[in-house]
Amino acid sequence: MDQDLTLISEILVAAFLVIGGVFSLVSSIGMMRLRTLMQRLHAPTKSTTLGVGGVLIGSMLYSLLIREALSFHELLITLFLFMTAPITANFIAKTYMQDKIHKDELPDTGRDYGWAVYDDPPMPGTPRDPELPEER
Amino acid sequence: MLRRLFPHPILTLTLAIVWLMLVNKITSGNIFLGVVLGIVIPVMTAPYWPNRPKLGRPLLAIEYFLIVLVDIVAANIEVAYLVLFRRSKNIRSQWLVVPLDLRSPEAITVLAATITMTPGTVAASLAADGGSLLVHVLDTDAPDEVCAHIKKRYERRLKEIFG
Amino acid sequence: MILYALTFASACFGLGLLVTLWRLVTGPSQADRILALDTMVINFIALMVLYGIWQGTQIYFEAAMLIAMVGFVSTVAFCRFILRGDIIE
Repeated sequence: MDQDLTLISEILVAAFLVIGGVFSLVSSIGMMRLRTLMQRLHAPTKSTTLGVGGVLIGSMLYSLLIREALSFHELLITLFLFMTAPITANFIAKTYMQDKIHKDELPDTGRDYGWAVYDDPPMPGTPRDPELPEER
Repeated sequence: MLRRLFPHPILTLTLAIVWLMLVNKITSGNIFLGVVLGIVIPVMTAPYWPNRPKLGRPLLAIEYFLIVLVDIVAANIEVAYLVLFRRSKNIRSQWLVVPLDLRSPEAITVLAATITMTPGTVAASLAADGGSLLVHVLDTDAPDEVCAHIKKRYERRLKEIFG
Repeated sequence: MILYALTFASACFGLGLLVTLWRLVTGPSQADRILALDTMVINFIALMVLYGIWQGTQIYFEAAMLIAMVGFVSTVAFCRFILRGDIIE
């Protein structure tokens, strides 16, 4: 009975590790194969985060089930990565847009102002667009 | 008095829990230190969040978190399929403009983060007056559907949560 | 069995590091290089965690957490430098 449990937890940990590895490999392949930076941005932001997430969850299960000591560090790293990945992606996209994409290649904002990468925000005190919903 | 000591109760609780997770040992001394940090840091940083948003419905926030988590896994499988089995010149990437109904900066930040983490979309830029969001879609035929999906699935919920 | 999984995952992340290194060297734009560096940091975090499991100590997790924070800040600083020519305004 006890041995069965150990086996099951080992399988679980190994599965998470393998899933993490596979997803990170996919993101690397994506970085190699895709053709523009905006496309390449999709692969690492998603897959690497899930890949590392898989490894970290596997590691947490390992310390919980096999070494029987609860460890929160992995959870913290996972949360941190999930919180920061969108911010990094946004910064890289902005850097690329400023460097390589001209204003006219992008679709229109549908508003009076352009995209924030190229245009300044409205000055404070400018009358608000009446169509915008009320601020709380 | 209590209001001055705990200007932000959720932040206090979060800081105490994160501290305990960081030291990874639950002893009375660590709990005490965590609570002290949880009280001191919000008082010291209060000038940086003058008008913080109110979480209207915390339970909906948990539901939102779970939905996003499921979507992240689905997104990964979808992107993995595209990357591995589609010839790279057949991937039809597009720019997409999502007009926003959300106004509070925090809600827009959460929406942009969600868009970046979920199926084949990356939030690239915001209009200068904060009224629409520029999204890059990895592969789609129908940009309008993606836009409607984002508005229906995420923005509507965020509006309720921050509403 | 866990040992095999560890070896496999390490190989995957190691290969990922090599590919990102290639992207770092060849990458046509500056943004590509930043993206490659950021991905390298994340892959390295995973490798450290894997090594931590293999060695059975907690120290590597703390190191991995510090690297995660430093990596994020340096990526943002790098992007900001290219965007504005200045990091702190």
